[in-house]
Amino acid sequence: MSHADAPPLQPAGPAKSGGDERLLHRSLARRLMGRPELGSVVGAAAVFLFFSIVAEPFLRAASLSTVLYASSTIGIMAVPVALLMIGGEFDLSAGVMVVSSALISSMVSYQMTANTWVGVGVSLLVTLAIGAFNGLLLTRTKLPSFIITLGTFFMLTGLNLGFTKLISGTVSTKTIADMEGFDSARTLFASHLTLGSVDIQVTILWWLALVAVATWILLRTRVGNWIFAVGGNADAARAVGVPVTKTKIGLYMGVAFAAWVSGQHLLFSYDAIQSGDGVGNEFLYIIAAAVGGCLMTGGFGSAIGAAVGAFIFGMASKGIVYAQWNPDWYKFFLGAMLLLATLLNAWVRKRAEEKA
Amino acid sequence: MGAVLAAALGASLAGCSSTGGLRAEQERAAKAAGGKAAVNTPRWTFAMVTHSGDGDTFWDIVQNGAQQAAVKDNIKFVYGHDKEAQRQSQLVQSYIDQKVDGLIVSLAKPNAMKDVVAKAEKAGIPVITVNSGAEESKAFGALSHIGQDETVAGEAVGEELNKRGRKKALCVLHEQGNVGHEQRCDGAKKTFKGDLQKLYVEGTNMPDVQSSIESKLQSDSALDAVVTLGAPFAATAVKAKEQAGSKAEIDTFDLNAQVATGLKDGSLGFAVDQQPYLQGYQAVDLLWLYKYNSDVLGGGKPVLTGPQVITKKDAAALEDYTKRGTR
Repeated sequence: MSHADAPPLQPAGPAKSGGDERLLHRSLARRLMGRPELGSVVGAAAVFLFFSIVAEPFLRAASLSTVLYASSTIGIMAVPVALLMIGGEFDLSAGVMVVSSALISSMVSYQMTANTWVGVGVSLLVTLAIGAFNGLLLTRTKLPSFIITLGTFFMLTGLNLGFTKLISGTVSTKTIADMEGFDSARTLFASHLTLGSVDIQVTILWWLALVAVATWILLRTRVGNWIFAVGGNADAARAVGVPVTKTKIGLYMGVAFAAWVSGQHLLFSYDAIQSGDGVGNEFLYIIAAAVGGCLMTGGFGSAIGAAVGAFIFGMASKGIVYAQWNPDWYKFFLGAMLLLATLLNAWVRKRAEEKA
Repeated sequence: MGAVLAAALGASLAGCSSTGGLRAEQERAAKAAGGKAAVNTPRWTFAMVTHSGDGDTFWDIVQNGAQQAAVKDNIKFVYGHDKEAQRQSQLVQSYIDQKVDGLIVSLAKPNAMKDVVAKAEKAGIPVITVNSGAEESKAFGALSHIGQDETVAGEAVGEELNKRGRKKALCVLHEQGNVGHEQRCDGAKKTFKGDLQKLYVEGTNMPDVQSSIESKLQSDSALDAVVTLGAPFAATAVKAKEQAGSKAEIDTFDLNAQVATGLKDGSLGFAVDQQPYLQGYQAVDLLWLYKYNSDVLGGGKPVLTGPQVITKKDAAALEDYTKRGTR
């Protein structure tokens, strides 16, 4: 898989079609076909159709809101992970970082008997610092991100358990539900709105907002161009004056920010946190981004694609339940579903490139 | 080719084993479950959602119990599990969306399940909690709780260790972050007159479990008992003990076929069983009783399924049951 066949998209610049009428005429369709998320949209439609047929309760409004909630908990993290992948890097510590962020917030509030917002604020700072640590270490040592973040992954896993047991004496944190500021923080991170019979979790709004912001950054700002350039070819990017180091550190801090949002959601919806959770979730985020059309090699992808990838994941994982299949086969179906979606994705993109 | 195959088949049939194997298992299975409903109530759907990981022996036995009760009670039984709290609660939510007629939930991470259990109540779906969550069950609005009090089970282990004259024991926790595991070891510590230490191992990585126990036994020869918290880890502890050349007695929580054999041949001291089969069977049966007759068992107190201390003299009788996956 080389980047050459998938040039970074520069949507701000219209097709350089010169005076050729035919090219001008085709440019809209062509632009649509060249979008990285097109394949995943087709895949999502296929998965949706499949479960609509095999699982009767799947199409109910209440079920769809459950599916959307499941998608949003993956999707919030898939957005910055996709950006990071476009920038050519991985973050294996992302899953555990979510739990770290929740633990910090809970323990700071409880131990200092402070307003929970103090914990939330401290948690934001510390989590961003972990992200910056990842980015700094990566750019300073020039080691692969796989190694750096694998190290952070293990360290955070150990710190989560070590600190929680040291401070709380047990493996989960104390409840903070009776503390000042809990209710307002819960409104922001873990409330849900009821529209008729449908329950909309606030994480869905966070998710949509993050997708919108990330898409705006990617497509409408200079930073977006930097991200594509850094992921496409870091040396060439540096040569033309792109701040490669800053961009990469920024991308890791973006992951940290989303980890903070997800972590606060965990904390304020469950009010006590298990220190062992989160391990393995980093792969779900990476899968969502990859299914959504982000290249594993960097330089190509979109935030909307990652959102669609998370949605496919949400549909597949919950659709299997709605279909009342034997859970022994759950992982197999999940894997097959993801593989099919990715293949379809790749096929559509290839066709699109041929046409273009 | 065909002739060779036929000859091979014939030979293998002639020389087939009269003990164990698939055929013996099928015969046992045919005897065990009749497969016909004993009642003519409507075909309700009951869903069970646990915090089990993939391929867990213990929860397999719970499921066996639930399934046999479901057959008898004319119930459609569906099962889901996820070790991650958030996804477990999402699973419960998706069964509520499907408007199942009853829910069976384990509360290993009670805070995470609180809201979704309340939602089930609101949707008019009766909930029974199993295994873990004895303290929270009633407060969350569940009908009854069926399980073992982990602290009580731990205390039983401590007492049994005293009875056997043990002085220094090791408690092997195979899942970091599991509250029930901590309670078991703490309970044992409470009643045990000797010294009890905790050892954390990576339960999903058997070689790691073995080498961890091995190095612990090598480094401390005063250890005269090792207590594992799950049946599959008992056999590993026995191997570790042999490798380390230790004299420690291996004891365990929970039961499986290997443990029953170990108890019989003396490589294991005792096992504390919480009878997972009962947890599944009773949960389905009690939900059925509630739907049929508004019966509730336990009077707001948890219905205990253990601990039952099993030693060499019980092992022979239980061996068959462990093989068919109901003990």
